[in-house]
Amino acid sequence: MTNTTPSEQAYTPGNHPDLPPPISTSGAIGWVRKNLFSSPLNIILTLLSAGFLWVIIPPLLTWGLFDAVWQADSRKDCWAQMDVPEGAACWAFIADRFQVFVYGFYPEGERWRVNLSFGLFVIAVLYALYDRMPARRYGLWYCLAFPFLVGWLLFGGLGLVPVETNDFGGIMLTMVLGVTAIAFSLPIGIVLALGRRSTMPVLRIVCVLFIEFIRGVPLIALLFVASTMLNYFLPPGTFFDLLIRVLIIMTLFASAYAAEVVRGGLQGIPRGQYEAADAMGLTYWKTHRLIILPQALKISIPGFINTFIGTFKDTTLVLIIGMMDPLGIGRSALADAEWAGLAREMYLFIALFFFICCFSMSRYSLHLEKKLDTGH
Amino acid sequence: MNEPNTDKPPIDSTDSIISITGMHKWFGDFHVLKNIDLEVGRSERIVICGPSGSGKSTLIRCINRLEEHQRGKIVVDGTELTNDLKHIEVVRSEVGMVFQQFNLFPHLTILENLTLAQVWVRKIPKAEAEAAAMSYLERVKIPEQSAKYPSQLSGGQQQRVAIARALCMNPKIMLFDEPTSALDPEMIKEVLDVMIELAESGMTMLVVTHEMGFATAVAHRVIFMDGGEIIEQNTPVEFFENPKHDRTKLFLSQILHH
Repeated sequence: MTNTTPSEQAYTPGNHPDLPPPISTSGAIGWVRKNLFSSPLNIILTLLSAGFLWVIIPPLLTWGLFDAVWQADSRKDCWAQMDVPEGAACWAFIADRFQVFVYGFYPEGERWRVNLSFGLFVIAVLYALYDRMPARRYGLWYCLAFPFLVGWLLFGGLGLVPVETNDFGGIMLTMVLGVTAIAFSLPIGIVLALGRRSTMPVLRIVCVLFIEFIRGVPLIALLFVASTMLNYFLPPGTFFDLLIRVLIIMTLFASAYAAEVVRGGLQGIPRGQYEAADAMGLTYWKTHRLIILPQALKISIPGFINTFIGTFKDTTLVLIIGMMDPLGIGRSALADAEWAGLAREMYLFIALFFFICCFSMSRYSLHLEKKLDTGH
Repeated sequence: MNEPNTDKPPIDSTDSIISITGMHKWFGDFHVLKNIDLEVGRSERIVICGPSGSGKSTLIRCINRLEEHQRGKIVVDGTELTNDLKHIEVVRSEVGMVFQQFNLFPHLTILENLTLAQVWVRKIPKAEAEAAAMSYLERVKIPEQSAKYPSQLSGGQQQRVAIARALCMNPKIMLFDEPTSALDPEMIKEVLDVMIELAESGMTMLVVTHEMGFATAVAHRVIFMDGGEIIEQNTPVEFFENPKHDRTKLFLSQILHH
């Protein structure tokens, strides 16, 4: 009888073939056994987690999806449609306020400008983030022109009806603040980080003072400075719109953090890289552009995404100086007698919006890290 | 490799390509190079050895200004090294360097490592630079690796790429800073073979190394340094067979025994 499996067969030395791994360590069963039931503690944790999910998930789905009311005129109408009043989510509230959530108080007839800007933003993001886009060279020029194009679209002038920045609000305001601060903080942060490592004392001290000052003061304090005091420091006659002032403050704030992230990345580059570049006769700027920054920024990706996500969420702080971001809109909507008492739905919706934005940033960064990995 | 190369062409000692006179260097308070005088002739091959911390690496790093000297004079092919960036640029364009840790650029492919400086410093068109890069990769016998990244190569292959990268700039002088010290034993020979071939082509070479077989086969002159000074220099045969100085004898007994 020939029941010898390949592994039990005898081979002359040097002729042993590569065999597949035992079935118990590969495949789905192998995975479950290794990751979920490998030890008594692991088994207990697995069962506890499964039990916890079993208790939490079904009621949540019932509340938020199956029993939820999507169309109603008021809170009372909403509750009237439910088996148990207040027993499920009333998403009709969000639907009723959706336009304000997205556009703030932007004039209704001009909202196509916001939509167009968002479309342009999506194109810019695709060009900036994915290198397989067609005609990418022009796409990058487009990305440079994008802030000015959208600035013109949103603020108006030059043929378009001007829109007061007081009317900016909701998700649109969050996007304007977040995207501007994030996009400009990257180049400014790189310059600050290089300045901080410069051998020129004056430049270095200026950069260090700037970074440490900005990082040492709460963003809220800086926003109050922007809303109340900044005009005292500027020459008489100059006037900056509040939104512009807040944009500047948020950008500088994000830049200081980005600078420290870049500095961390720069410190991760071995001295030998500079020396090799020097020995080949590359100048300071070429060395940084071609050799140091590509490597340093790659190491910095997780740190960048961390500060970017923080910056994006920090945009909600403008609520305090009276700007109507989604949180501000939500709070004022809750004050409406027709809908009062639906705070859960409101805050869940806002949380969901921020989560989707931040989670996509996080996923993109993982994708980018994988793509740029050359194994060092 | 261990057989002495008998047909080393004589070096014209009046025509020096590197001239160092009365050179001193300090790291902070530490006097690392003391009154160095060194003339290197065209096509001369010099091996520099000495215990660690003797200043041998610092000496060759002063020649392309990776380190700045504080006193004395260094003239490389008629250009004096001063704080003038133009002078430094000229010298660096004539001097290639190979490091102990290879220092390849890990985010670029092998081919890109070789073309980068040609394109950005020499302003050579990309296609031409790539052709030159491939010919040097063939010379170091790894043209098939051109599309890979440095991390995918063995240490010996990386060091050969580093040599090819330096050669792409058409240097008149090549500096080697312990090129085989970071390599596994079985890879040392492939790198030394490339260096020997380079020596035979008439390149001026300064090599910091403890590979005494290489010194015997290739060098015109062996320099022994200790404590920041040049203690002794001689032809390889004289240097190994009749060391004059006690410190040289001690050093040689230590490295030859291991």
